[in-house]
Amino acid sequence: MELALAILITVVGASTPILIAALGELVVEKAGVLNLGVEGMMLIGAIAGFVVQFHTGNPYLALLCGAAAGTAASLIFGFLTLSLSANQTATGLALTIFGTGFSALAGSSYSARPVTLMQPLFPAEFYGNPIGRVIFGYSFPVYFSFVMVVAIWYFLHKTRAGLILRAVGENDQSAHSIGYSVIGVRYLAVMFGGAMAGIAGACFPLLLTPQWAERMTAGRGWIAVALVVFASWKPFRLLGGAYLFGLVMTTELYAKAGGGPLSAVPSELWAALPYIATVVVLVLISLRRDASTNAPACLGKPFLPAN
Amino acid sequence: MTLSRRTFVKVGGAALALPLLGSRAFAQLEKVKIGFIYVGSINDNGYNYAHNQGRIYVEEQLGDKVETVFVENVPEGPDCERVLRELAQQGCQLIFATSFGFGDSVVKVAAQFPDIAFEHATGYMNGPNIGLYNARFYEGRAVCGTIAGHMSKTGKAGYIGSFPIPEVVMGINALALSGRRINPEFTVKPVYISTWNDPAKEADAARAMIDQGIDIVAQHTDGPAALQVAAERGIVGGFGQGADMSAFAPDTQLTAIIDHWGPHYLASAEAVLAGTWTPGNTWEGLKEDVVQMGPYGAKVPEDVRAAADQVKNGQIDGSFHIFTGPIKDNTGTERVAAGVVMTDAELLSMDWYVEGVEQPA
Repeated sequence: MELALAILITVVGASTPILIAALGELVVEKAGVLNLGVEGMMLIGAIAGFVVQFHTGNPYLALLCGAAAGTAASLIFGFLTLSLSANQTATGLALTIFGTGFSALAGSSYSARPVTLMQPLFPAEFYGNPIGRVIFGYSFPVYFSFVMVVAIWYFLHKTRAGLILRAVGENDQSAHSIGYSVIGVRYLAVMFGGAMAGIAGACFPLLLTPQWAERMTAGRGWIAVALVVFASWKPFRLLGGAYLFGLVMTTELYAKAGGGPLSAVPSELWAALPYIATVVVLVLISLRRDASTNAPACLGKPFLPAN
Repeated sequence: MTLSRRTFVKVGGAALALPLLGSRAFAQLEKVKIGFIYVGSINDNGYNYAHNQGRIYVEEQLGDKVETVFVENVPEGPDCERVLRELAQQGCQLIFATSFGFGDSVVKVAAQFPDIAFEHATGYMNGPNIGLYNARFYEGRAVCGTIAGHMSKTGKAGYIGSFPIPEVVMGINALALSGRRINPEFTVKPVYISTWNDPAKEADAARAMIDQGIDIVAQHTDGPAALQVAAERGIVGGFGQGADMSAFAPDTQLTAIIDHWGPHYLASAEAVLAGTWTPGNTWEGLKEDVVQMGPYGAKVPEDVRAAADQVKNGQIDGSFHIFTGPIKDNTGTERVAAGVVMTDAELLSMDWYVEGVEQPA
């Protein structure tokens, strides 16, 4: 029992940054933009968050600056793809490469320096016992990620602004012809995605491992991008998907460390599991009668007004 | 480019001169240009940082007789070949490929540049212009294991490995053997994470092992993440790997294995300058100062320090070798007979675990 709770706590830590980054990308894609620069924006958010935490020791300010740095990076992408109609796939990949290099450069003088981890959000009385620890023992970003799942679902499906955003993603020409600024909406979505990726990146030094290391996100930005497809652009399914991925990544380590029957599973298979799961889910979705993957119809297409 | 008569003459002349250059291989030099390629970042506080410190050491020692260039974050694969070729074309006379996985690329590129001296760290494929060099990190592991055997309360250590290559297997075995000299019940649990650099995964692996009863953590990956988790969870302690990591966990680092490549790099650079370089195969350790031990942590009591010093000094004066039989593997089969010391070749191809190491999946 105690071990199960311990595993759960580690799963939450592993899943949170993926969930936050994927939520941002979900909103971006719902507006019809494919930003493959999540990994790069996360790294820029990570170094910004680290530097601020190192100098001020204020993790909330660090998260805020991570968000600001991620937004700034996303604006480069936005300018190229929205204002100049550059190819989104190529620009997104370039943003990841840029983010990797830029964060390494910015962090080069911070290598041998630890920071302090972000403290839990609730006072210590709340999590004296194991159950309390599992519910109340996390720091702010964990609760933030849950709130954002609900908030994004509500925004997309229950508000007028959300409807406009979806319209821009499903049929940009129609949205344009009835007077909505397609480019303006997409800019806001891309900036939101950048802010979320920045926060997700800042979670690495603040929640997981209190140091700066080059490429410390180690591919989780790509998992976030894959998760959006995995979740067929639905926030609650995204929550489930992020925790499934987190569970698989963590169970592997606990199984290997623990002995038990699961430890006989070869590590190569563990490493492949999230991807096998993605393929299985995609197959299941395409098997359904209506065969709709729910992908926004204008995803990845640059907007050029017809008249 | 159109082939004008002038360029034709130039190219032809260069081609004629090539064999002459070949015959002057390894002649004396006024100044040597050295290239280094690293698999990770020089800011990793560990393995690659240590190699780069070695490069800086050569620059400090040789001053204006040396020029160095380095390329970091070079993936082990086709990219490595390209980088090696670029360094060769830039005029490097000596190139250090500092990671095991660069081996195949070094063999290919070295064949194309017979006048350039290549040295490959921790590898096994040599050639007419490929030298091999390695450090006996397992000697440091034996010191760590002595401390772990004394200090672990649960008698269980966790070991985060990158990949199950002999280099890593050897380290795990050295930790287990030396720990069991002190505490016969001491065990080591290896967890492989299939990467050299993923701090969040390293940290989670440490958490997974600590949640299941280990109280000493060792790692053979590039950074201090595991050590930080050890500090966060307040277990007995861990070890720095590659470099002194006490800045990250001042009370938790019990000691550190420090890679000190400088003296080796200097010797090779001087040999190339003097025209006496030959492809060597060196495997140096505590005795040659290529492996150093970091300071003991404040937690380590006097008697444990004395025991660790004894193991360290025994390896320096040659009176102690951790891989001395009898050694059983973890299925109970005797692999090394009593009194026999494993040969270097046996160590460099080690693919089995000693008694006390739980078999990883």
